[in-house]
Amino acid sequence: MTCLVDLFRPSVGFAAVKLLEQTGCIVAVPRGQTCCGQPAYNNGDQQTTADIARQVIAAFESFDYVVAASGSCIGMIKEHYPRVLKGDAEWFDRAQQLAGRCFELTAFLVDVMEWQDVESSFTAAVTYHDSCSGLRELGIKQQPRALLSKVSGLALKEMEDSEVCCGFGGTFCIKYPKISERMVSDKTAHIVAAEADCILGGDMGCLLNIAGRLKREDSRIKVYHVAEVLAAMTDQPAIGDGKS
Amino acid sequence: MQRSTADFKRRAEAALQNVSLQQAMAKAKGGFVDKRRLAVNRLPEFEQIRAEAKSIKEHTLAHLDYYLDQFERKVLESGGQVHWARTAEEACSAVLAIIGQSGKQVLKGKSMVSEEIGLNAAMERAGHTVVETDLGEYIIQLAHEPPSHIIAPAVHKTRDQITELFHAEHEKYGLTGLVTETEDIVNEARQVLRSKFLSSDVGITGANFLIAETGSTVIVTNEGNGDLTQILPRKHIVTASIEKVVPSLDDMTVLLRLLGRSATGQEMSSYTTLSTGPKRTDDQDGPEEFHVVIVDNGRSEMLGNEFHDMLRCIRCGACLNHCPVYGAIGGHAYGWVYPGPMGSVLTPLMIGLENARDLPNACTLNGRCGEVCPMSIPLPDMLRTLRFKEHERKLSDARARWALKAWGLLARRPGLYQAVTGVMSTVLGRIGRRAGRFRALPLASGWTQVRDLPAPQGATFQRLWKGRR
Repeated sequence: MTCLVDLFRPSVGFAAVKLLEQTGCIVAVPRGQTCCGQPAYNNGDQQTTADIARQVIAAFESFDYVVAASGSCIGMIKEHYPRVLKGDAEWFDRAQQLAGRCFELTAFLVDVMEWQDVESSFTAAVTYHDSCSGLRELGIKQQPRALLSKVSGLALKEMEDSEVCCGFGGTFCIKYPKISERMVSDKTAHIVAAEADCILGGDMGCLLNIAGRLKREDSRIKVYHVAEVLAAMTDQPAIGDGKS
Repeated sequence: MQRSTADFKRRAEAALQNVSLQQAMAKAKGGFVDKRRLAVNRLPEFEQIRAEAKSIKEHTLAHLDYYLDQFERKVLESGGQVHWARTAEEACSAVLAIIGQSGKQVLKGKSMVSEEIGLNAAMERAGHTVVETDLGEYIIQLAHEPPSHIIAPAVHKTRDQITELFHAEHEKYGLTGLVTETEDIVNEARQVLRSKFLSSDVGITGANFLIAETGSTVIVTNEGNGDLTQILPRKHIVTASIEKVVPSLDDMTVLLRLLGRSATGQEMSSYTTLSTGPKRTDDQDGPEEFHVVIVDNGRSEMLGNEFHDMLRCIRCGACLNHCPVYGAIGGHAYGWVYPGPMGSVLTPLMIGLENARDLPNACTLNGRCGEVCPMSIPLPDMLRTLRFKEHERKLSDARARWALKAWGLLARRPGLYQAVTGVMSTVLGRIGRRAGRFRALPLASGWTQVRDLPAPQGATFQRLWKGRR
């Protein structure tokens, strides 16, 4: 369970659980987890990162698969834990063994479970933001689109520069707010130009950033995590929307 | 070159407010990206060439002393001279010694190393007149600005700005009309430069490659002015850094296939020119003296350390063109010679991490630079490695370090973490329920000054999950 989903949007977690159970998986959510450690890692603190990596590995290594509704967190575990722990032979080994069993949600559904039986309808013109880590570290591009194509009523309208960073970048967005502002307003301009009613993505970080900016611009475009749409769980307010 | 890397944030924010800069950057961005994509798509074996190029550079760097020695020997055999410079100062002194007496008119082709060592300023201090001949360099010389891009030095200027600049600066040559079309701008610059080509004593160029087996220096250009710079004056001086050497002409051709495509989306640039020694007796033209100044300036320290791979860089500029941060703020905000991702790695290594603390951090680690780098340099990983060093040396912002430390303590104690996040989500969720987002929030101004913060749904997943099972 990624820290942002846990704190901001549990419904994404429940959507992921629902989808995994639809494919026949038995889902557990270990209590001994907090965050994957990226804030420490990308701010230069290797010691804290290594400690958190060991904690995550210990919490998850007894399972057949580790799935998260985030390309960024899975990229961290898969690509970066072995590097962070390379000076520690035992934990490096354990990190590598875990890495092979980690999957981002849509990639797991499509590539591992070969699941196509999406039972959801969502009548909207939707555009999709390709989050950087998922796209470039894990090659996630077609999987969410393949699943969305099975959602009844949904029309996908690709926007320009869907693969360009939204300006979130973890703590980057609070350290350099003005640069981040330019990047996220370029993103929202492309979303508006695509004439979409709704923007979807696979990472809460990007989605909080994009939703926050759309709200600041008084836009009525809705923001959901892709898992919520696939699991037919769009009855609650969209990200950044209030209870009406 | 003067540096203002410590002032990054202020310069970046000023750049974001600069309307003409934003217009120029918006226009340039799409062109570079689309042209590169098309060029790469037209070459099915691009990835194969990329792998080959990487191994050529790795081999050369592993035997750098050998190939530099061979290069020197071949330059001497062809009648030229080689000058070794450990530092920027030594390099400038070497060039000044070759130029000789004060009061010379010196032509320059585009050379980033000459920017790095501050050569123009050194020559002007010594009483020489410097004329940049690359159109972009010529424009920024007139404007008294440093380059903002490693292959397109004046990319930050709009055409209107260039029209005004030429109008103000070319009046003294009797050119009083307003040139507004690109072709007319180029022609007017050509007209002014032509007289200078024929009246200069020394021509200085950079080098894209140094060929060890022949002692040749190679420049890649689109205007041909670099060629005139190295052929017409009596003395030709090449300034190049140590990692420019490649073993053979065959190796050069592999790298050339990547360079043009990655830089401008051209299969090859208009001119690829090799200089081998001074004019021979049966040559129709060429310089009487041929000098190569080979500059280290901190590079040999990178050999074998965690930044070794950076020495593979062929200065194509693709990482700049694909960097959303560079695209937003332009090159001048970075404060020194090399901007964008490659600059954010190189600058701290060359001028000291303590003088360029922002550069490795002003990046979202989105990975696009590493993806397009023709030499497969892991730029994002290197930027992160620089952050490790900042953290170790306590160079990062003290408040941010404390916040990180507090978060780290919490993140390593799942029970406590869940108690704290449980309270946070409940409180924030309740306050924010109606609006769904916060316009402003204490301690979160970095976030809320430019966007709203979506409110949490109310309870953490962990708490709800516990309730469900």
